[in-house]
Amino acid sequence: MFFDSFAEFLAMGKHGFYVWLCYGITALVIIANILAPIRQRKKLIEQQTRLQRRERKNASET
Amino acid sequence: MWEAIKRLYHRMGSPKWFYEISAVWLPWFAIPAALCLVVGAVWGLAFAPADYQQGNSFRIIYIHVPAAILAQSAYAMMAIAGGIFLIWRMKMAAWVAAAIAPIGASFCFIALITGAIWGKPTWGTWWVWDARLTSMLLLLFLYFGVMALQRAMDTEDTSAKAGAILSLVGLVNIPIIKYSVEWWNTLHQPATLKLTEESTMAMEMLIPLLIMIVGFYLLFVTLIFMRTRNSVLWHERKKNWVKKLVQVQAEK
Repeated sequence: MFFDSFAEFLAMGKHGFYVWLCYGITALVIIANILAPIRQRKKLIEQQTRLQRRERKNASET
Repeated sequence: MWEAIKRLYHRMGSPKWFYEISAVWLPWFAIPAALCLVVGAVWGLAFAPADYQQGNSFRIIYIHVPAAILAQSAYAMMAIAGGIFLIWRMKMAAWVAAAIAPIGASFCFIALITGAIWGKPTWGTWWVWDARLTSMLLLLFLYFGVMALQRAMDTEDTSAKAGAILSLVGLVNIPIIKYSVEWWNTLHQPATLKLTEESTMAMEMLIPLLIMIVGFYLLFVTLIFMRTRNSVLWHERKKNWVKKLVQVQAEK
């Protein structure tokens, strides 16, 4: 470990604000990029399931 | 050899084949990506020595440089996929190009914002209108333009074509970004990593950077797979194999 204490690690010399802001924003953007396709997939499957149910219902009624 | 390439190409054109094989490949990219990003970030943040001039603010390099490299190569890949779609009419290529655009834009945004935040303590300013920064901002706008065109036209086919054409035209910006630090006077430092020469960076700083670059690329491939798989499901939703897959998923 380069730093002597955890407090020093957080402080990053005088640059703690800049360093942690960068890593924070990057983490958020990456997480958003991972969640977006997962949510999209869920929505897609739900939507198609509903469609199939409706089609089956229509088919049995006619 | 040529036959093998041709066979692979035709398989790549098959959405169902891609959907099935990408499910097998996904963890082989996702897990190493997570490992590289965690190891690289911890190493870069806590174990690499501070820069003798910049102090600890230099640790921003471990996301800034990988994001900037990736934003550019993602753009090139998007343009190549667009070109494949234009020339051989391969639909999968258009879907991949559409998957890359928002991911590439994200990494371009990361490169710009971390660069601005890094600039404040290092140069004393968040932003200057010099060649490197301006051409990188242009790259972000090119991504936005391609994304807009990919859904702008009446039919999906013409939208994909329009997006592909803009992405190919925008390729001229890539060498401009690369050589901007050599052609013009700039605050931005010249490249840290060089393919042909030895790097100017100390080993204990360089290794975590390389790990982060590998991690970013693996993450990028993972994200392309995830988005393209969704695209395949959507476009093939009327086909029997997707209908069956939806049923199986719904029963879970």
